[in-house]
Amino acid sequence: MRTQGLFSKTMLGFGFFFLYVPILSMIFFSFNNSRLVTVWDAANSPTLKWYAKLFDDNAILSAAWLSIKVAAMSATGAVILGTLAGLVLSRFGPFRGRAVLQGLTTAPLVMPEVITGLSMLLLFVSLEQLFQHLFGWQFDRGVATITIAHITFTMAYVTVVVQSRLAGFDDSLEEAALDLGARPAKVFFRITVPLILPAILSGWLLAFTLSWDDLVVTQFVSGPGSNTLPMVIFSRVRLGVSPVVNALATIMVLVVALGVVLSAYFMRRQEQRRKREEQMAAAG
Amino acid sequence: MKPAARTQGSRDSYGRLSPLWTFLLRYGPPRWSEYVVKHWTGQRLVIAVPYLWLFIFFLIPFLIVLKISFAEFSPLSRPPYEPVFRWLEDGALQVKLLVGSYVYLLNEPLYVSSWIYSIKVAFFSTLMCLMLGYPMAYAISRATPTYRNVFLLLIILPFWTSFLLRVYAWIGLLKTDGVINNVLEFLGIINEPLAMMNTSFAVYIGIVYSYLPFMILPLYSNLEKHDNTLLEAAQDLGAGPIKSFMRVTLPLSFPGIVAGSLLVFIPAVGEYVIPSLLGRTDQLMVAKLLSDEFFLNRDWPRASAVAIAMLLLLVVPIMIFQRFQNKELQAAKK
Repeated sequence: MRTQGLFSKTMLGFGFFFLYVPILSMIFFSFNNSRLVTVWDAANSPTLKWYAKLFDDNAILSAAWLSIKVAAMSATGAVILGTLAGLVLSRFGPFRGRAVLQGLTTAPLVMPEVITGLSMLLLFVSLEQLFQHLFGWQFDRGVATITIAHITFTMAYVTVVVQSRLAGFDDSLEEAALDLGARPAKVFFRITVPLILPAILSGWLLAFTLSWDDLVVTQFVSGPGSNTLPMVIFSRVRLGVSPVVNALATIMVLVVALGVVLSAYFMRRQEQRRKREEQMAAAG
Repeated sequence: MKPAARTQGSRDSYGRLSPLWTFLLRYGPPRWSEYVVKHWTGQRLVIAVPYLWLFIFFLIPFLIVLKISFAEFSPLSRPPYEPVFRWLEDGALQVKLLVGSYVYLLNEPLYVSSWIYSIKVAFFSTLMCLMLGYPMAYAISRATPTYRNVFLLLIILPFWTSFLLRVYAWIGLLKTDGVINNVLEFLGIINEPLAMMNTSFAVYIGIVYSYLPFMILPLYSNLEKHDNTLLEAAQDLGAGPIKSFMRVTLPLSFPGIVAGSLLVFIPAVGEYVIPSLLGRTDQLMVAKLLSDEFFLNRDWPRASAVAIAMLLLLVVPIMIFQRFQNKELQAAKK
């Protein structure tokens, strides 16, 4: 038992080293004065000049703003559709076409992005032709098409999160409300939604992150002029490392780390409070 | 659930807006509207919304890809392919299916080699993920609850930060004047910088690095559920630590291994960003091939054929994954 424990612990340490060294080195070199990102210029570092450059960089800033808008819209859409799909799959019992729906909701989780991207683009091109043919109206690819594509592949994640949360508790509360005469819609908003709220929130955040981060699908479905942040980053780093990108990465990593740590803290506190209340209820 | 809900649903199917519905629909349009109001509200509507969305934006696109993969490439028209279906003057429907793109896929050496290369890279990176991820998941599942939460947080944290930027971070480490070479030279281990960028090695590193959490999390959620008494029993019966691991823990964790491996293997076959940033320039992976064919050559039929072929290759792993996912959800319900 002991040797086994030692081995797995060593691997755990190595794994964390492997996971965090790249991120830490990226943060470290964002304070480097030299343009040759990875050669530490000890005389003039640390410096914040790349951060100043970043906030002067209009291409990055406008792309970031576009990405935030797209991510917020697609996360909201994905949460609505994904919650409905999760509810249908875990609460509506067997119905015709259930297996197909289950398949359609889990397939995007593992579908290679190039395939999703290509198929979405070809759909939009066909729709363009159709609309032109029928109404003589031509729509441009851009924010709307990116958002639709993002909703489609992120709603799968929301569905899984919501479904597994719903599977975690039984439906006796909902049934009680129905027996007491509440309409199904009211039961949903008054009982089900509050119960799965944590899943809905984490689903929203997950969808936001995935959309904010997506490069491949976006590259396919975006039109001229609508460059999201990952597209701008990708075109920069293809030419080599860039200190401005390091600064941007540092800010993003810090924001995420802060968010994750804070949410973990609050979730734990809430859990403890619930446990205490349960104990008190049991005692009283 | 729930026959109860269903009867409830149909009784209340006019809902709160019932006067409005009846007013709008009774005085005017034909009978079917009443049928729709009676039978299509409530649950069916709730089912229909996500269904329709996925149908239009997920299923139909694949049918379009399938159709275009059989079309004829015509570089000068917009979009650059000949229509597959065409109405002729006399009312006949002309269907023109070409298998040329698929024949090309199977015969062109460039294509064949990138298929083999993609599968090889995905396979070995899955194996490496498993070899690193299994002990990590094991150690986490054995840790005390407080540590366990911290460790899990640390595993999930990179997953929330930008995938693109994490791959980018490796450029700084791996390139000729990068961090690894500088450190090794400083320590006197090497005299000449190692060429690590734009190699298969860099691709393996990138994939293992990016997909490691996908391997660890399913493994962890499996290992965490194991019953310790089984291990104790094995040891009471005289099995050593290695034997009891091989005969008890490993077989029990098989579902976790399958899930984690598929979550790494399937996206790794179609990986685009990692090989584009870190990988070889003389050996493409399939996803890059697809996007070059589409964006550079504008050969939409051939790009579609590549997508269909990739899908056919991955359909078995994807189905296994889905069956597994369903089983997990069923188990969680009980």
